[in-house]
Amino acid sequence: MSDPAATAPSPSVPEWRQYLRFAWNALSQSVEGGWKFYAWMTLLTAIFLVGANAWAVQVRDGMALTAMSDHVSWGLYIANFTFLVGLAAGGVMMVIPAYLYHDDQMHDIVIIGELLAIAAIIMSIMFVVCDLGRPDRFWHMMPLLGKFNFPVSMLTWDVIVLNGYLLINVHICGYLLYNRFRARQPVAKMYVPAVLLSIVWAISIHTVTAFLYCGLGGRPFWNTALLAPRFLASAFVSGPAFIIVAIQIIRWQTGRMFGEGAIRTLVGIIRITILISLLMVVSEIFVEFYTGGSHTGAAKYLYFGLHGHHELVPWIWTSIIATIVAMVLFMQPMVNRRPVILNTACFLAFAGLWIEKGMGMIIPAFVPSTLHEIVEYRPSLTEWKITAGIWALGFMIYTLLIKITINVHSRKLKDASGARTVTPDDALAMGDGSGLV
Amino acid sequence: MNDPAPAPPKTPCGGNCSCASAPKPDDDGSTRRAVLKGLGATLGVAAYAKALAPLTELTQQTSMDEFLQKHYKELTKEEITTVIQRLTKEAKEKYGADVTISDPKPQEGVKFGYALNLSICNGCRKCAEACHLENNHDRPSHQSYIRVFEMTKGSMDFEKGNVHYDHPVPQPDKYYMPVQCQQCEHPPCVDVCPVEATWKEKDGIVVVDYNWCIGCRYCEAACPYHARRFNWQKPQIPAAEINPDQGYLSNRIRPQGVMEKCTFCLHRTRNGRLPACLEACPTGARVFGDLNDPESEIRWVLENKRVFVLKEELGLKPQFFYFFDE
Repeated sequence: MSDPAATAPSPSVPEWRQYLRFAWNALSQSVEGGWKFYAWMTLLTAIFLVGANAWAVQVRDGMALTAMSDHVSWGLYIANFTFLVGLAAGGVMMVIPAYLYHDDQMHDIVIIGELLAIAAIIMSIMFVVCDLGRPDRFWHMMPLLGKFNFPVSMLTWDVIVLNGYLLINVHICGYLLYNRFRARQPVAKMYVPAVLLSIVWAISIHTVTAFLYCGLGGRPFWNTALLAPRFLASAFVSGPAFIIVAIQIIRWQTGRMFGEGAIRTLVGIIRITILISLLMVVSEIFVEFYTGGSHTGAAKYLYFGLHGHHELVPWIWTSIIATIVAMVLFMQPMVNRRPVILNTACFLAFAGLWIEKGMGMIIPAFVPSTLHEIVEYRPSLTEWKITAGIWALGFMIYTLLIKITINVHSRKLKDASGARTVTPDDALAMGDGSGLV
Repeated sequence: MNDPAPAPPKTPCGGNCSCASAPKPDDDGSTRRAVLKGLGATLGVAAYAKALAPLTELTQQTSMDEFLQKHYKELTKEEITTVIQRLTKEAKEKYGADVTISDPKPQEGVKFGYALNLSICNGCRKCAEACHLENNHDRPSHQSYIRVFEMTKGSMDFEKGNVHYDHPVPQPDKYYMPVQCQQCEHPPCVDVCPVEATWKEKDGIVVVDYNWCIGCRYCEAACPYHARRFNWQKPQIPAAEINPDQGYLSNRIRPQGVMEKCTFCLHRTRNGRLPACLEACPTGARVFGDLNDPESEIRWVLENKRVFVLKEELGLKPQFFYFFDE
């Protein structure tokens, strides 16, 4: 183990300032790259700006620019919010094998999942903000400053768990990267408790988000105890599916081969979670249609249309077919040999669940309405622009976070004086030089 | 060592360029690169400013006083007077109307209840119209807190009901069911509100602080009676049609982006008058009064008629009752 003082900035500088300096350097150097990188980021920025502009106009002129109404009072924004909370929770499927089952290969790259959690949580919070009629009154929701209706309102629980999850993951990633940068061995007690907490917390964010909906007695479509388990099962498909593709892209971009074992583990997880997820869908469908009655209206509307209204039918069948095809592909042994099959399966599962847990879960609760009126909903251009903008920002954040990580690990990150902070020998001395963490 | 990098362009541009990194002057390629980055940063900042420009138009509409206004329950008497003065001025500026905004408090010991006689309601929708006018609702959307359902005789199922009927009433095989806020004893809309912008007053009326609501519409999702309405845009009402007799917690002109709901016309009922929907009813189907007063008409109805509440199984204990004659 090398002496940190030999390579690090002067020890007279307090640790927190060194950390901030590291964060600043890491961030500013992460925006350096080749033309492909600039093209990618410019594209994302352009999409984000279209969304930002649409949002600014929406704030000025009112939510009438969305297709929502007093009958369908939540739409595409809340649909995306729900899905993204799941995506954030899905990263935990790397953390559990890495830390609870001591899967070393997974441990090396677990940060890919933790960074995904950070990006996804930021996106989900942005979707909620874009759904607010009065974002200028956001401070009303801050504890102490405003009035925080805790613990009665489930939304306040969601505020706590989402922000908490964000902080936990920022701490874990920041701490590990900083120590890597300083070529120090991370101290277990500084981050392992946070990692263990993050596992419980990941479950909690999606459970609480489900409770937002399933606690409402006036909306039978949501008012089912199966909602939280369903949310978790589908999150543990979409999260790993995203990460599998992300690992391959990072491999391709860095030209380094890693994570094959981790991908296999994640495929193994998806094989189970996608089955559980589909089983619960079947279970819901059975109860809805076998029991019948007027509470079945929402499910009828979703799957087959109701009284000549069919807006969601193409969505949900696309979702069901995509998810089933993905499930069949994941079950094939060749999914571990043929990246094309694997990535197709991941894409189909991701898209299928985005629909199922988004539009397929939010909208039917409002159609028919609580007084059985049928008012349909099709997202407006404003809603699509804002949605695309937030996704673009999410991809930007994730790209930069991954780049920071790569810079730190490939020892490209320099301190402000331009000198390399760590020599390759130092890193080798740490004994874990092969992986990302 | 580690002095800050020599003066890079400080403004972050969202990441499509390296506007924050230091140019290296000793290298021609790097200098050109730095110039390009500077250009990119400038363009980026300009693009952001342009994209978010509509927000600045909004800040001209929203005063700092409004932005910083406290929750209704935390306002002192003097503060509420100031707020009402501001709102009166805004009504004049934005709508050209001279209005009087009062803040009537619940009467001691009074608990309001409402009952509706389904045997004689003829579905004329005069109540919905009166609500529309009384409560300064948005004109183009023809908003009202009351929806009248034409129901099929022999069924209480709203699925067989219709709000969009357009023919002479009453039809012989139909009955009519107006629905508005049921002023639940256990209102789920109040429970779910993340910022306590809605609450149940002592006289049983569930109100909204229009200046505190953040517009998340969770209450609208939670209400089983479709009683809540959202201001999807700034309400449009011609000056001549504005009802100048306004209550702070009831029918004053609502801001854009907040929730609203039926308040049993508290600006009237707390001053001894009847709700507008009741006064407009030509059949006498509506009965309003103090549930705590054993001599009241509503108590007589509850004790002598066949009374029921909507969706009783949800356990929300509505204070709005429906009944049939013998």
